Amino acid sequence: MITLAHYIVLGAVLFCIAVAGLFINRKNVIVLLMSIELMLLAVNMNFVAFSRFLGDVSGQVFVFFILTVAAAEAAIGLAILVLLFRNRSTINIADIDSMKG
Amino acid sequence: MPTLNDILIMLPEFYLVAAACLLLLLDAFVKPEQRPQLHWIAIAVLLVGIYLVVVGQPEQAVTAFGGMFVRDDVAEILKVFALGTTAMVFVYARPYLIDRKLLGGEFYTLMIFAVIGIMLLVSAGNLVTVYLGLELLSLSSYALVAINRDAKLPPEAAIKYFVLGALASGMLLYGMSMVYGASGMGGRPTLDLAQLHHVMSYTTAPTLLLFGLIFMIVGIGFKLGAAPFHMWIPDVYQGAPTPVTTFIASGSKLAAFGMAWRLLDGGLGDLSQHWQLMLAVLAVISLAIGNLVAIVQTNLKRMLAYSTISHMGYLLLGLSAAGPEGYAAAMFYAICYALMGVAAFGVILALSRAGFECEEIADFKGLNQKSPWMAFLMLLAMFSLAGVPPLFGFWAKVLVLEAAIHANMLWLAIVGIVFAIIGLYYYLHVIKVMYFDKPVDGSSVSLQQDKPLRIVLSLNALSLLALGLYWGPLLGWCRRAFGL
Repeated sequence: MITLAHYIVLGAVLFCIAVAGLFINRKNVIVLLMSIELMLLAVNMNFVAFSRFLGDVSGQVFVFFILTVAAAEAAIGLAILVLLFRNRSTINIADIDSMKG
Repeated sequence: MPTLNDILIMLPEFYLVAAACLLLLLDAFVKPEQRPQLHWIAIAVLLVGIYLVVVGQPEQAVTAFGGMFVRDDVAEILKVFALGTTAMVFVYARPYLIDRKLLGGEFYTLMIFAVIGIMLLVSAGNLVTVYLGLELLSLSSYALVAINRDAKLPPEAAIKYFVLGALASGMLLYGMSMVYGASGMGGRPTLDLAQLHHVMSYTTAPTLLLFGLIFMIVGIGFKLGAAPFHMWIPDVYQGAPTPVTTFIASGSKLAAFGMAWRLLDGGLGDLSQHWQLMLAVLAVISLAIGNLVAIVQTNLKRMLAYSTISHMGYLLLGLSAAGPEGYAAAMFYAICYALMGVAAFGVILALSRAGFECEEIADFKGLNQKSPWMAFLMLLAMFSLAGVPPLFGFWAKVLVLEAAIHANMLWLAIVGIVFAIIGLYYYLHVIKVMYFDKPVDGSSVSLQQDKPLRIVLSLNALSLLALGLYWGPLLGWCRRAFGL
């Protein structure tokens, strides 16, 4: 029997993977974008699980909004990434360090 | 179904959305040589927005769309100042944008959409509205930071802002999902902030609620730019085009205060004994990091970024008092900071020209000999940021410190005073450079000859002095909004 707790733990694991991806990853900006998407999906998992098990649809409505905004966010992120690549021909995170202090 | 009344309550927001879309269309269809005229239309759009906010303001707080949207006095004040400071940013930005060939509809449209995001955020009555307002503001800001796309720094600043901003949104959402879950354990699950207020009293999962609270505070800390979640602030302030930095330092801070207040007091007010100490810790770290790291900066925009972090520390001081008095002081502080930030960055904008950003502190050497008036305006902004009496910034600091003392957090107030004195050093350093250093040959600071810029900037900086001498009405307005 799969209970609410299983879904919440799954959401937490996905969220942790996403945050770890953001902080450990030192190579590629695209991996950062993927981590951000994963993080939002972990949140969606939580919302849908609560919504289903507590019998209230507003959580699922929130998920629609999050999905839509995540799409817009990915579009903007990729657009900035293209600018960055045109600007310096690399998307290596270690090279994005012209401001310090 | 939305009724006519709902639409009337949200009229300023609807009007701005329509105006922003029209502006974009206009930009596509006018001749290139007429594009600069969009500037005046955009300013007019914002001023009419202020008019609609003030005129339609109901006596009592009202809600629209089933509690999704709240229109009360706090929202009114924040909206008026967000629209007003953005109109000022438009005025200051014009010569800068013309010099860099950036003047066009996209700048104005994105700015207006960001302002709509602020307006939704400060009027949010539901977690969904908080999220949507926040994302509308953030997504517009990411694009604005990268608007000067051929320069070296803006895309880098934008990607940093984007990644950390998205991380913050994710944290906030994760917290919201836990609060939503906790509200459903032992009661009816809800996303409505007014109903969430009482969750603590009945929930059977208080730990889940506290976890949610912590994640939400991390998200709020990121958006405010409070240390230790401040990493994006210096790079974004330095790398973004100066008009966009000005906007992030003014309108966005008002929005961040509005969001923090709606979520913490409106949604999780019953948990105040839990978040009070968390905010106090954030305040102390922000004051320490902001004031100490600002001392070693040589770039003025970066120095002002660290100064923002310390100012957010003071704002959190007021919020952590967790009472109407503290909220009123924090809102007064947010308004004060917005006006000071616009003035300080406005002087940078007035002194920069094509190919010269005027953002190093060394660029200000001997400014007094070249342009005494600009040096005086910068002096007012710096003294106000430092909190020197009788300027506006002094009273804002006094009020948050007073609120902290009344909330039995004397230690916090003492920390605040100590760091205010440390902070004095780097503001005075700028003044010393302007008044006592010899101008470097070859670095001719030539002033922007734009008349509206000079007039509005002068009024802006002088208002810091005027409000410092006569701050009663504004404070009274803030206090009335919180029922004092």
